[in-house]
Amino acid sequence: MAERSGADILVQCLVDLGVEVVFGYPGGAVLPIYDALYNHPTIKHILVRHEQGATHMAEGYARSTGKPGVVLVTSGPGATNAITGITDALMDSIPMVVITGQVATHLIGTDAFQEADTVGLTRHCTKHNYLVKSPAKLGAIIHEAFHIATSGRPGPVVIDIPKDVQVATAPYSKPDANEHPSYRPQVKPDAAAVARAVEMIAQAERPILYTGGGVINAGPEASALLRELAEMTGAPVTSTLMGLGAFPASSPQWLGMLGMHGTYEANMAMNRADLIICLGARFDDRVTGRLDAFSPESKKIHVDIDRSSINKNVVVDLPIVADVGGAMAEIIAGLKAQAHKPADLTEWWSRITGWRARKSLGYIEDGIEIMPQRAIADLFTATRATGKDVIITTEVGQHQMWAAQHYHFDDPNKWLTSGGLGTMGYGFPAAIGAQMGNPDSLVVCIAGDASIQMNIQELGTATQYRLPVKIFILNNEYMGMVRQWQELTYESRYSNSYSDSLPDFVKLAEAYGWTGIRIEGPQELEAGIRQMIETPGPVMVDCRVARLSNCFPMIPSGAAHTDMLLDPSQVSGTMNDEAKALV
Amino acid sequence: MHIAEEKTERHVLSLTVANEAGILARIAGLFTARGYNIDSLTVADITADHSISRITVVTNGPPRVIDQIIAQLDRLVPVHKVADLTDNGPFVERELALVKVAGTGEHRIEALRLAEVFRAKVVDTTTESFVFEITGTTEKVDTFVNLMRGIGLVEVGRTGVVGIIRGKDAS
Repeated sequence: MAERSGADILVQCLVDLGVEVVFGYPGGAVLPIYDALYNHPTIKHILVRHEQGATHMAEGYARSTGKPGVVLVTSGPGATNAITGITDALMDSIPMVVITGQVATHLIGTDAFQEADTVGLTRHCTKHNYLVKSPAKLGAIIHEAFHIATSGRPGPVVIDIPKDVQVATAPYSKPDANEHPSYRPQVKPDAAAVARAVEMIAQAERPILYTGGGVINAGPEASALLRELAEMTGAPVTSTLMGLGAFPASSPQWLGMLGMHGTYEANMAMNRADLIICLGARFDDRVTGRLDAFSPESKKIHVDIDRSSINKNVVVDLPIVADVGGAMAEIIAGLKAQAHKPADLTEWWSRITGWRARKSLGYIEDGIEIMPQRAIADLFTATRATGKDVIITTEVGQHQMWAAQHYHFDDPNKWLTSGGLGTMGYGFPAAIGAQMGNPDSLVVCIAGDASIQMNIQELGTATQYRLPVKIFILNNEYMGMVRQWQELTYESRYSNSYSDSLPDFVKLAEAYGWTGIRIEGPQELEAGIRQMIETPGPVMVDCRVARLSNCFPMIPSGAAHTDMLLDPSQVSGTMNDEAKALV
Repeated sequence: MHIAEEKTERHVLSLTVANEAGILARIAGLFTARGYNIDSLTVADITADHSISRITVVTNGPPRVIDQIIAQLDRLVPVHKVADLTDNGPFVERELALVKVAGTGEHRIEALRLAEVFRAKVVDTTTESFVFEITGTTEKVDTFVNLMRGIGLVEVGRTGVVGIIRGKDAS
């Protein structure tokens, strides 16, 4: 067989694996790979402005398309800059393959120029990683890496390739799909556990479906099955931040998001339920609040593809380790087999209706300032009215929570946000990645004035590739969530949370060839949003909102679901040390 | 504010893993990254083709944490199997120590006498010292080493625990 260089083998593997887009940044240790990609007929390379941007773009691409995101960066600083995005992908279970250049094998360990111990640095923020020491092993490793990144609980995989391995030659043929000797994620549910789940569901009087990002990761079929399961059981549905869109917000069974900034009805229903059916969620601390007060009256079924998620935070009655889509299909089949009629949940629903009547997402408007919630609500109405496929990304902070509360999703893969790691700077590059994967969609990044500055250099990337992404900044001149916690916990001592010396976002946009729009008052809001949507090409909107609004409802850290703060009048401004010590 | 502590149990875990570069760092790093304890850790390859290693880890933690440790280890890509020997029925555990004792006269005789009681072997000797080789459970080795402290203990090297399940089946 004819031999080819490691770089050529890598590129051929990417072609064989169906990769269409690579987000990357060149450097000394990946020059052979960049040469192999030069004028490539099928693989499009997106040149970013900073490697962290590349990782979030790959995440946005992956979340919105279901395909793995691919990143290519150089050794040393290239790899270290990618680490935040790699960790983000690990926390949110996003399939991603990151190829890093490395110094030549004989230089490893000598503190060579741009050398970093990439496999050491990324060992605990990847699902798996490799240092490839021979071009003969490259093909098999790259195929295995994609298999690991995309199967089981998805996650990021790093492949570190020394420069001499990129240049040296070896034969390559597309490997056969062999079963991995040790990596075999459990996908099929245990039949006895499914039967027990069916029984528990049939007996429940106050059931609730608590869903998470696992349902999205399990593919669109899983979202369809969730709808079917909800219909069959008649149970209310709530979701984590990561799972929004798996169940339609327009359904009368939808309670909204749960957790720290979730709705009153979702959290009260979790607290009073007699059965929690957890589907692809992981009882995260942002969801449970104080653990010893979490849903005290319920039995809990937990479906998760990762066994280590089970009993990690909350001890459950029935664990089912499986792909959540397949598990739901079998539960539905079980319910059908026993001709399950939804139990009479009238009383349960009447209690939920009572909680809903508190209108926990309500806010007061003074007609002078734009309330951030109003801005999101109007953005939702206006983007929905276009009839286009709309994808929303966010940065991290108050704007993210307001978006989760006031933008309503009916379909999966349309809501891209950094949940687990909470990475400011995620949303804008994620929007670029989503636009690459969905050229005809309307992609809007909802941002804050502080977060947007964390990867603002990618304005140039969107310009270069003519990607018509929209950035909608809720500008309150603060790191709003930090300021809110300081108001609630530290008697309004706003230590370093004021966004001083903000740029003129309109001029900044224009400097990069974007359109910049400023919205300064409620009377400009609707027209400003419309102008953003109707303007071709990338647009950045600086929407000036009420500076000191807080995000409610809120379960303060260390508090139970039943101790929600619903409005500012309940804020005391202090917290005890136990609460302060929790994040 | 004070930080609460939970009651812990000692567990001996036996892992079979792919014998590849970095595997030990993956396992040990998982323990440090997630705040788990390692009391001892041993590793060596165990198959004719050198493709598989056995790692024996002695850890301690509350029962729920032990379950988490097993689940976390099990999801590492190169890990073939994780067995909790402590939970899986009777098992044998052994540790080997080399114990250097220096002294003359009565101390020297006492050291030899104790070594005999513990069935420790003399593997090196000078007129003023012995190196004993002792195998047994951690407790037995601890006891022997503590006795030697009073009669001229110079230094100790210990392997950490290896364990295997009793009976005909594999761990």
